[in-house]
Amino acid sequence: MVKKKSDSGKSVYGSTIDNGVASAHTLSILVDNEPGVLARVVGLYSGRGYNIESLTVAETDHANNLSRITIICSGTPMVIEQIKHQLDRLVPVHRVTDLTLQGEHVERELALIKVSSTGEKRIEALRTADIFRARVVDSTHESFVFEVTGSSAKVNAFIELMRGLGMVDVSRTGVAAMSRGTKAI
Amino acid sequence: MHAHRNYVHNEEELQRTSIVQKSRAAFGNPNRLCFLVIYEGKEIMTPPKDQTATKAQTEQDNTVHALPKTRKMTGAQMVMEALAENGVDTIFGYPGGAVLPIYDALHQQKKVKHVLVRHEQGAGHAAEGYARSTGKVGVCLVTSGPGATNVVTALTDALMDSIPMVCITGQVPTFLIGTDAFQEADTTGITRACTKHNYLVRDVNDLARIIHEAFHVARSGRPGPVLIDLPKDVQFAEGPYISKDQAPMHMYQPRTEPDMDLIEEAVELMASAKRPVFYTGGGIINAGPKASEALVKLVRETGFPITSTLMGLGSFPASDKQWLGMLGMHGTYEANWAMHDCDVMICIGARFDDRVTGALKGFSPHSKKIHIDIDPSSINKNVHVDIGIVGDAGKAAEAMLKVWKARGFKADPDAMKTWNAQIDKWRDIKCLQYKNSKDVIKPQYALERLSDAIKKDGRDTFISTEVGQHQMWAAQFLPFEKPNRWLTSGGLGTMGYGLPAAIGAQMAHPDALCIDVAGEASILMNIQELTTAVQYRLPVKIFILNNQWMGMVRQWQELLHGERYSQSYSESLPDFVKLAEAYGGIGLRATTPAELDDVIEKMMKTDKVTIVDVCVDQKENCFPMIPSGKAHNEMILSADPSQYDKKLV
Ligand SMILES: Cc1ncc(C[n+]2csc(CCOP(=O)(O)OP(=O)(O)O)c2C)c(N)n1
Ligand SMILES: [Mg+2]
Repeated sequence: MVKKKSDSGKSVYGSTIDNGVASAHTLSILVDNEPGVLARVVGLYSGRGYNIESLTVAETDHANNLSRITIICSGTPMVIEQIKHQLDRLVPVHRVTDLTLQGEHVERELALIKVSSTGEKRIEALRTADIFRARVVDSTHESFVFEVTGSSAKVNAFIELMRGLGMVDVSRTGVAAMSRGTKAI
Repeated sequence: MHAHRNYVHNEEELQRTSIVQKSRAAFGNPNRLCFLVIYEGKEIMTPPKDQTATKAQTEQDNTVHALPKTRKMTGAQMVMEALAENGVDTIFGYPGGAVLPIYDALHQQKKVKHVLVRHEQGAGHAAEGYARSTGKVGVCLVTSGPGATNVVTALTDALMDSIPMVCITGQVPTFLIGTDAFQEADTTGITRACTKHNYLVRDVNDLARIIHEAFHVARSGRPGPVLIDLPKDVQFAEGPYISKDQAPMHMYQPRTEPDMDLIEEAVELMASAKRPVFYTGGGIINAGPKASEALVKLVRETGFPITSTLMGLGSFPASDKQWLGMLGMHGTYEANWAMHDCDVMICIGARFDDRVTGALKGFSPHSKKIHIDIDPSSINKNVHVDIGIVGDAGKAAEAMLKVWKARGFKADPDAMKTWNAQIDKWRDIKCLQYKNSKDVIKPQYALERLSDAIKKDGRDTFISTEVGQHQMWAAQFLPFEKPNRWLTSGGLGTMGYGLPAAIGAQMAHPDALCIDVAGEASILMNIQELTTAVQYRLPVKIFILNNQWMGMVRQWQELLHGERYSQSYSESLPDFVKLAEAYGGIGLRATTPAELDDVIEKMMKTDKVTIVDVCVDQKENCFPMIPSGKAHNEMILSADPSQYDKKLV
């Protein structure tokens, strides 16, 4: 899951000596909003054998033609350091910020969940949605579409509960993140 | 279903689609690159401008100074103008449908000379040879589709070896992109992983800026290849030319000044060293001749021994007594052992490649490591270092020298005496020794004779190589005293690199001696470039160490695959003498050691491209060698285990 290099014990040269412990990092990457920029970032991950756990991207500054890419990926401190340097090397990348290292930050994700059920299950789904402060954004006699926002853990928990209540579809945005406090990323 | 409905709902999209379909139908013959566009029922010819207007424009171009700074011109003219403005005097290329407007503009100007290669890979490597031998950005120009895919190997080669290069590829017109048009390839997609950066230019108004930016990106920070994909309609379109000083400053500005606190720390560590070694690489060469000068001063001032990677040869004179020779898989015994046993390693502009480090767990286990690199991602990538400094190799070397002198540091004389004595013991092994023969030419002997002849000749000499045993022997046996004189494919190991690279170097240095040390297998990979050398009267010498085997492959098969020589014999070789003659060059051959000097002397005097077919020992292996997966202290000196300590094999 972490990085292909971890199974490169097969290489006759051995892998880079790295005794660090892998953990997930949230990287915020400010890029020029130009064709191919996402392909460059994603290609870097696949080409160098890193794994992306979550990815969101959208234009965030129209006037300056900038987009923000938020990526969650796991690795030892040395691997994360390498990923950040590799990203920073890309010409359209303006800034790479490691929100996990930078200190406290908030992460939010939005999910749409379709539940198709009737009777008691249907009522239970609605009750659970209420507890999670999920909104009903579409409804038929046999289905609901819920919208839930929150941390990935909360979204996961909600999805787990809905699974037993007739869940037929999930669509998640991936994580958007920002540091706490007054300073901009 | 939904996606389909979306399209139908979008009126604008629908209209655009039908235009494309109409225009595609109008082309009829898919094999014809056609510029007839049907738009709202009317036929439009691009370019709309008539020829006389274009000509007048070009004449104006020759009186640049008198004109206001923004001038209107076609995209194709902009290409030529921007190349000239960026100091380009020579480009290497091959025409085709999608670059014809640029070739037309080329034809009507005098500032930029074009060298017609015979395969686009050749254009790429020639541009690399030109770049490496001059320190300037190499430029190649190729057509869309097959032209672009043919240049991919050279782009990858330039990326791996950090060679500054700008490659311009033609592309089908913007309105045909995505339609599988004739000679369409997703060039920016294909080359995304093998360029430092690439551009697809959709609007002529962006073109001049993008070209200036491409040169900036190619040569800034860690150099590399940059590709500009240029659709044919953009080449025809007219727009304002933006000169270099008008172009906005690009935000890509890599750090070059080293952190002085870290430099101080590094120099203090150096001063405390008992067994120091400099380990330098291609980064010194890329930082320019001044960086080599700074390095030489620093090394002499400290008195430390120095080794270098394959890519760094020439940045420190090989005749100097502090020089240990190249390190790595086929490096010298003294260099690799010094790396293994050192207590302070000063790495400048090298990147701890696996061919250099050997097994990582046994790599220089007792040393503190200083690493200076322009590319932050190179630091701590393969090997953990104690002091990592981001910056230009030359600036860092200068800064270190300044601090060393200012603080009155001296290397510990007792420690250095012991260390140098140890190094001398390693030198005494004479690891490059080989058993010479009276009957058969040993490849090492051929290179020693060549080396002598080069020294006697006295001309500035540029050596390129192909890939294989001959490349390693050339690195071991030829003298490199100055930077930018050694052109070899290090990172990618591209057979077929040497001849076009030598052509590129000879174009830049018409009076110099340019020699491609080749293998008989490698040379056939870009042999067509002989014609290029003939056409431009380039007296490139091709010194083939013909062992009738893919020697390096055969060596590995002998040592590691139970002597099963699968497909490594060079069967059905051409007669290289006749081949040279057939191309209009000169062919020479040496089959015995006695003939060698005479043949080399003749080669030195030829004024045309010359192949020297040196028939060498077929079974000679290249030593010393660190078998893959072994550490520096496990290197072997010969294939015969009885001669050496058993545990070394
Ligand atoms: C394009 C390419 N294909 C394959 C290889 C693998 N390879 C490395 S060395 C070598 C043999 C080269 O033979 P030759 O040019 O005769 O040189 P020698 O080793 O005999 O000196 C081969 C096939 C390569 N480096 N490049
Ligand atoms: Mg050979």
